[in-house]
Amino acid sequence: MSAASAPLPRWVTYGLMPVLNLAVAFLISGLVVAFIGESPWEAVEVLLTGALGTGEGIGYTLFYATNFIFTGLAVAVAFHCGLFNIGGEGQAYLGGLGAALVALSLGDVLPWYLTMPVAVLFAALFGAAWALIPAWLQASRGSHIVITTIMFNFIGAALMVYLLVNVLKVPGAMAPETRVFAEGGQLPKLTWPFELFGAKLGAAPFNVSFVIALVMAVLVWLLIWRTRLGYEIRATGTNPTAAIYAGIPYKRMVIVTMLLSGGLAGMMALNPVMGASARLQVEFVGGAGFVGIAVALMGRSHPLGIVFAAILFGVLYQGGAELSFWIPAITRDMIVVIQGLVILFAGALETMFRPALARLFWRAPRAAAAKA
Amino acid sequence: MNAPVRTVPDADAPAIELVGIDKSFGPVHANKDIHLTVRRGTIHGVIGENGAGKSTLMSILYGFYQADRGEIRVGGRPIVIKDSQAAIAAGIGMVHQHFMLVENFTVLENVMLGAEGGAFLKTGIAKARAELKRLETEYALDVDPDAVIETLPVGRQQRVEILKALYRGADILILDEPTGVLTPAEADHLFRILRVLRDQGKTVILITHKLREIMAITDAVSVMRRGEMVATRTTAETTVEELAELMVGRRVLLKVDKGPAKPGPVALSVRNLTVRDHRGVTMVDDVSFDVRAGEIVGIAGVAGNGQSELLEALAGIRKPASGDILIEGKSTLGADPAMLRRRGLAHVPEDRHHMGLVLKFEEYENSILGYHDDPRFVRGPFLDIEAIRADARDKIAKYDIRPPNPRLKTANFSGGNQQKIVLAREIERDPTVLIIGQPTRGVDIGAIEFIHRRIVEMRDAGKAILLVSVELDEIRALADRVIVMFAGRVVGEKTPEASEQTLGLMMAGIGP
Ligand SMILES: Nc1ncnc2c1ncn2[C@@H]1O[C@H](COP(=O)(O)OP(=O)(O)OP(=O)(O)O)[C@@H](O)[C@H]1O
Ligand SMILES: [Mg+2]
Repeated sequence: MSAASAPLPRWVTYGLMPVLNLAVAFLISGLVVAFIGESPWEAVEVLLTGALGTGEGIGYTLFYATNFIFTGLAVAVAFHCGLFNIGGEGQAYLGGLGAALVALSLGDVLPWYLTMPVAVLFAALFGAAWALIPAWLQASRGSHIVITTIMFNFIGAALMVYLLVNVLKVPGAMAPETRVFAEGGQLPKLTWPFELFGAKLGAAPFNVSFVIALVMAVLVWLLIWRTRLGYEIRATGTNPTAAIYAGIPYKRMVIVTMLLSGGLAGMMALNPVMGASARLQVEFVGGAGFVGIAVALMGRSHPLGIVFAAILFGVLYQGGAELSFWIPAITRDMIVVIQGLVILFAGALETMFRPALARLFWRAPRAAAAKA
Repeated sequence: MNAPVRTVPDADAPAIELVGIDKSFGPVHANKDIHLTVRRGTIHGVIGENGAGKSTLMSILYGFYQADRGEIRVGGRPIVIKDSQAAIAAGIGMVHQHFMLVENFTVLENVMLGAEGGAFLKTGIAKARAELKRLETEYALDVDPDAVIETLPVGRQQRVEILKALYRGADILILDEPTGVLTPAEADHLFRILRVLRDQGKTVILITHKLREIMAITDAVSVMRRGEMVATRTTAETTVEELAELMVGRRVLLKVDKGPAKPGPVALSVRNLTVRDHRGVTMVDDVSFDVRAGEIVGIAGVAGNGQSELLEALAGIRKPASGDILIEGKSTLGADPAMLRRRGLAHVPEDRHHMGLVLKFEEYENSILGYHDDPRFVRGPFLDIEAIRADARDKIAKYDIRPPNPRLKTANFSGGNQQKIVLAREIERDPTVLIIGQPTRGVDIGAIEFIHRRIVEMRDAGKAILLVSVELDEIRALADRVIVMFAGRVVGEKTPEASEQTLGLMMAGIGP
């Protein structure tokens, strides 16, 4: 109880506050850039034009965003149940196995639009399966899910390397990766929205997975706020004692939620595996599982917020790559620092400005009214 | 920051003056131009309906909220209380309704917390121990400084809260519904302490819904209604009836109007029930009783004598160690709370904050907690939001829950209104068996009248009702039969006409 609990209009909470936080994050990043002797203005310009200035840049930005939407949603669903799923990385990795198996088999005989639903299902199933054991351990033995999901990231990585090197690799080839999927095992690029505006997608691997990600965002919204299951998940997440009183079985909630979360993480694999490289490679997840945590935090576990946050991180990824390319003094590590600042201000310190805003907001109109 | 007022500037100045305090939460105008004067060395009661704005006013005084307008004067000097640090510096201490104690710390550690005095604990500890000793003897506040909080009964935990405030040098003590969780004996003890405090020159502000307490202990009393301060009276010159009328704006029936019960067949049957708590301590020990359709059975007992565990076992939340519970003749063993609800059991839990409500949910979401599977509220896997909100609005109207807004976050309702949300949900289910823990804890007298009437109506409609309350008055007013529990056992059964003394002795374990 403090001034912070006074209700603020939604546009302040969901509009003004994130913008303020972002502004501060960029301000400090600018100071850091200035500190190493580069011009912050130039850096911002390179970052933004790199991410949003060309059709290709936008394509890459949205490609990365697609990954982050999936993993962000995965983390958010678990959050709503009070669970901290750090295993998105491993679950996505395993999801890649599911997607690849479908693409390697059905992809040879079916067109992509028939392969796709099966691949979505298998990617989700494999991702969910990888979340099941940590979930079960949490539910029945109380082993903390943060620990077990991290451990499963390592086990998953080892398993996938083993499979790629010993089982799935093309005989005689050097790279630990599967063969290239047939046409039916690839998700087509989304070029038409770009052509609509006369822009060119170029080499950017922006593909149908983006649409799947948006559909999932809508489905997650429906699940959390409109279904009985979502109600039970939220009740368990916010007040477990009341949930038990209400007859909501805790163990089942933990397991079901983690399966959903793992499934969403698994689907992330569709984008890089079937949408971009058309084969299964080692380490294709590339940290997206962890970025999902920041995205979920920043998006306040709300699908709409997650989509925006994912695009923001897409911009940072794509723009950051351009930045380190064009301004060598700004290394990849600097980019990570900037991303870290965004996470810090927009995610962890999300309510930093809240008390001040609340005071301003409730004072100002009344003071004006009093004077009038 | 300059710490003001510690040197009493004007001995005759009132301890506290509130001048034109105004506070709104969005559209809710919680305090409207409040003027209040509290004289030094008095116990000043503040009463008012649920949601009248009492807690808000005290939160402003303690720096939790900032007033939109108005002035606070302490000892005659205007001061700004921008947070609780400033309140403490001004000599204002608060005993919270929900204790803010660290459960696994000792009394001493809790009292020192935040006032450790220096980087090294050791010297602080020695000083604190001495100071605690002095406070304890001066104000008759006996608690063992080395006891761990979670092992203490609530009455003692509350004393620790008081000690904490005094340790920080409070001259003015605010207590928001301190007796809600206390047994009558503990409440008496609290009042003795408060009298000593007053006689030593401290000022006490006491919020309560129990007019009896107001009459017994306060020197003056102020009445709030719908955000306004409507009257202040000298306690000696007023009556319970007048206060009740001032509070509610109409005459209140202070007695329950009920005819004789017409008990039907046994609806709830408890057979040799034994329940252990999480530490394995037997809390309910071989208890047997029946509740018939159309009667109210009251369980009287000092808090902590197994009533809570009994309720939880009946509700399917806690697994009994042995024995059986039957609803309409059929065993409920192994049934979870959801299954029990389907079999016609409704449960108003004792602790609404932890169990009965998800405070972060909107009101309408809590109005279906436990009934979110009901066909009326669902369409396939989806919740029928419109139906739920319509139903929530009905209950809000019927139980006069304020503000009447099903979209408001539950945490933002006043304590009494939260209680009404739970009661409305459980009672309006039209259950076969209704078990109720502390139905009117924190509820104002107007609402108590309504709730009691509703419970009696439920009885007359043939429901079996089991009532657990630490308010002996409430049990005697509502119950048709009274079962007394002591140390986990049923020590006897009486009619509600039995004298308070007889029941009190039984509750203390001193023979029937
Ligand atoms: N943080 C808040 N946000 C919005 N509304 C609030 C908040 N706190 C209190 N209110 C509203 O202000 C009004 C006064 O509440 P308050 O808690 O002061 O009542 P009260 O007199 O203490 O009632 P009770 O006897 O039930 O405890 C209520 O209508 C309540 O819903
Ligand atoms: Mg209150």
